[in-house]
Amino acid sequence: MSVALPVDAQQSSSLWGDAWWRLRRNRAALAGLIFLSVIVVVALLTPLLAPYAYEEQRLALGASGPSAAHWLGTDVLGRDMLTRIMYGGRVSLLVGFVATAVALLIGVLYGAVAGYVGGRVDAVMMRFVDILYALPFMIFIILLLVIFGQSMLLLFIAIGAVEWLTMARIVRGQVQNIRRQEFVEAAVSMGLGPWTIIRRHVIPNTLGPVIVYTTLTIPSVMLLEAFLSFLGLGVQPPQSSWGLLISYGVETMEEFPWLLVYPGLALTLTLFALNFLGDGLRDALDPQSASGRGGS
Amino acid sequence: MALLEVEGLTVSFRSRYGQVTAVDNVSFSVTEGETLAIVGESGSGKSVTCYSLLQLLPRPPASIEAGTALFNELDLLRLSERELRKVRGSEIAMVFQDPMTSLNPYLSIGSQLIEPLQLHHGCGRREALQKAVVALKEVGIDRPQTRISDYPHQLSGGMRQRVMIAMALIAEPRLLIADEPTTALDVTVQAQILQLLKRIQQQRQLTVIFISHDLAVVAEIADRVLVMHQGQVVEAGSCSEVLQRPQQQYTRDLLAAVPRGAKQKTATEVAPALLRVSQLSTWFAGSGGSFFGAEAAPNKAVDDVSFEVRRGEIVGLVGESGSGKSTTGRSVLQLLPQTAGLVEFDGVNLSQLKRYQMQQMRRRMQMIFQDPYASLNPRMTVYECLAEPLLHHGLAVRGSAMAQVLQLMDDVGLARAGIRKYPHEFSGGQRQRIAIGRAIATRPEFIVADEPVSALDVTIQSQILELLLALVEQHNLSMLFISHDLAVVRKLCDRVLVMRAGKLVESGAVEAVYANPQHPYTKTLLAALPQLAAVP
Repeated sequence: MSVALPVDAQQSSSLWGDAWWRLRRNRAALAGLIFLSVIVVVALLTPLLAPYAYEEQRLALGASGPSAAHWLGTDVLGRDMLTRIMYGGRVSLLVGFVATAVALLIGVLYGAVAGYVGGRVDAVMMRFVDILYALPFMIFIILLLVIFGQSMLLLFIAIGAVEWLTMARIVRGQVQNIRRQEFVEAAVSMGLGPWTIIRRHVIPNTLGPVIVYTTLTIPSVMLLEAFLSFLGLGVQPPQSSWGLLISYGVETMEEFPWLLVYPGLALTLTLFALNFLGDGLRDALDPQSASGRGGS
Repeated sequence: MALLEVEGLTVSFRSRYGQVTAVDNVSFSVTEGETLAIVGESGSGKSVTCYSLLQLLPRPPASIEAGTALFNELDLLRLSERELRKVRGSEIAMVFQDPMTSLNPYLSIGSQLIEPLQLHHGCGRREALQKAVVALKEVGIDRPQTRISDYPHQLSGGMRQRVMIAMALIAEPRLLIADEPTTALDVTVQAQILQLLKRIQQQRQLTVIFISHDLAVVAEIADRVLVMHQGQVVEAGSCSEVLQRPQQQYTRDLLAAVPRGAKQKTATEVAPALLRVSQLSTWFAGSGGSFFGAEAAPNKAVDDVSFEVRRGEIVGLVGESGSGKSTTGRSVLQLLPQTAGLVEFDGVNLSQLKRYQMQQMRRRMQMIFQDPYASLNPRMTVYECLAEPLLHHGLAVRGSAMAQVLQLMDDVGLARAGIRKYPHEFSGGQRQRIAIGRAIATRPEFIVADEPVSALDVTIQSQILELLLALVEQHNLSMLFISHDLAVVRKLCDRVLVMRAGKLVESGAVEAVYANPQHPYTKTLLAALPQLAAVP
C-alpha cells in the first residue's frame, strides 16, 4: 500500500467517526436508526400531519373499528386512534428521550467521578446514592409534583432523578476497573488533568454497558410515565401518551382490541428499533468487535 | 521407544481473513523418558500443536485438517470426547503458563488437587488428601498438611506453579506438557521451578514436552529441541546440536536475539546528574483499614532509597516482583505520592510543585509501561494516541499534527499505513513501539521504562532494545530501566541498582557488579540467570 494514500482519508479518524462508519455497515442498526428518525419526524410534525385534532370527539361514533375515515379506528369517545397515537408518541418520546438523557448525563458524570476519584469521596457519593435508592420513589415523585405543581418539565426531572441511580452504579463499577489500567496511568504521566482523562480515556471505555442500559432505560421510563399518568400525576387528559393509551386499551381489550393493539404496536416497534440501534452502537463503539474494520 | 508420534499434523483457524494455517504438516516424536523442548516465537504454532494433541482448542474456529498423533497405540486426534477424558489428566497432563488464572480462586488447593484422583482413580476423599499432601511435599512445598487448605491467592506465584505441577503429576501421567511454565515467574523462582521439573522428570522417568520461547531456559532443561516458525518445524535435533551448531538461519537469528554481553558504548562518567533521588520512601496504607477505623501498619514498598541518574545514562533497576522497583519508578515520576524523601529533577524538587506545574513538568519526563496490551487506550487510534501528548503540551496544533505523528511513527519503526488502526490490530512488539512513540512524542529528557520488554518474544525484545538504545543516543535521553532480567540490563545499561524488599542493596557500574557482586542477594540473582553457554 502506498504511504500517502491512507493519510488523506484519515483526518477525521476518531472513535466517533469510525463508529459511524461501522454503524452504517450494520443493517439491523441502520434500519433501527431510520425507523426511529421517521418516528421522531412524525412526532415533530404531528400537528400538521394528524388527520384530526386530538380533542375532537364524535360521541355518536363510539368505539368503531378501522375504516377508511379512521384508519386505526376510534376510541370509546369517538376520537381518532391514529391521531391519538401520533400525539401520544410526542409525549412518550419526549419523556423517554429527555428523562433518559437526564439520567444518562447525571449518572455517567456522577459515576465516573466517584469511580475515578475513589477513596472517601467515592464512599460518600455512593452512600448518597444508596440513600436515594432507599427512598420510596413514588413518594418522592408525588412530593415533587405536589410541591411544585404539575408540569411536563417536572415529570422529566422526577423520572430522571430516579433513573440515574442505577446508571451511576454501573458506570462507577466500570470506571473502577478502567482507572486501574495502565493506559490511564500513561495519561497521567503524560501530564493530562483528571477531567481530560475522564473525558477522553475513561468514559469512552464505559460506553458498552452504558448503551445497553440506556436502551433498557428508555422503555422503562415510558412505562413509568404511563403509570404516573394513570395515577393522575403525569400528563392530563385529553392529552395522552402511548403508555396511557395502552393502559386504557387493556380495560376494553375484549370488546375493542384495536384500542390496545395499535398503541402497543407503536411502542413495541419503537423499542425494537431502539434495541437494534443500541446493539449496533455498542458494537460500533468497540473497535475490537468482530464487525470492525479489517486490516484496512 | 517413542511414546508419542506425531505425523503431518495440520491445524487451521477460521478467521475474518479466511482460513489461516497455524500448524503446517508438523511431525515429531517423543521418546519415553526424554524432555523435548518446542521453541518458537508467539504465533509460531508451538502451543497450538500441543493443545491440539489433547483437542483442547475450541472447534470452530480451529480445525484439525490432517495428521495422526499416536500415543500408546491410540490416535489422539481421532478419540471421542469420552475417550479423551480418560487420557487427559491421567495419561497426559498439562502445566500452563499463568498459575493464577489456571487455578480456581474459589476452591482450596487441596480440593483442586484431589479432583483428578477422585475422577480418574476412584480414590476416596481421605486417601486422595493423603496423596495430595505427598504430592505437595514432592514439589517442595513446606508444611503441606496446613498448606493444603489454602486458597490460590494466599500463595506466591512460584508456589502456585508448584501446586500446578503437583496437580499435573498427582494422577501419575506418562507425558507432561508444560506450556511456558516459568515465563511468568521471577528469575530466582524460575530457576527453582526448572530444577524441580528436572528432578521430578528424572525420578519418575517422566516424558516432558516443554514449550518455551526462551532458549536459555531450554538449554537448561531439554534433551532435544524442536524449533518452530510460522507453523512449521524449522529444525530439530539434540539440544547441544541445535543450540551450538544451528543449521538454519532462523535458529541462528533466534540465538542471536538472546541478550548477551555488555553494552557497546557506555555513557560518559562526567555528565551532570539529571535526576537525584535521596532517601525516597513510599509506603502504602496497610489493608484492613475501614472507612472510619484506624489504618493498619503501612507496607513499606520503597524504603529509604537514594540514587541519581546522569544525563545520557541508562540506569538499570533490578529486583524480583514485590521488591518495590516499579513503585520506585512511579514515585520518581510522582505517579504515586512519596511518603518521605526528595526527588529532584534538573534541580527542581518535584514534590514541591503545584499540580499544574507538575503537569507541565511531565512533558520532560515520561514512562513506558510493561504491558503494551494494557497501556494503550483500546478506543484510540495510533494517530490519536500519538497526537494527544503533542496537542496537550502545545507542541502541535490540531490539523498540523499529522506530519509530526508520521515522523514519530518513522522514528519508532511503525509502518505509516497503520496510523488509523486501533491497538488490538497490532502485535505485542508493534504495540510497544506505539507506547514508546507516545513516550518520546514530547521530546522528554528522562524516561522511566518499567519492564518494557518482559512481555515480548526474544526476537522482538532485541529489536525493541535496539530501538531504545538508538533513541537514547539520538535524543540524549536518560533512562531508568526497570527489569527483572539481568541479561537485558547488562546489554542496555551503564549502571545498575539492585533492589530487595524496598531497599537498595547494591549499586554500581554494570560490569563491576556483574563481575564481582558484593551483596549475597545479587549473587543469588546472578546465579539464577539461565545461561546459554558456548553458543557461537
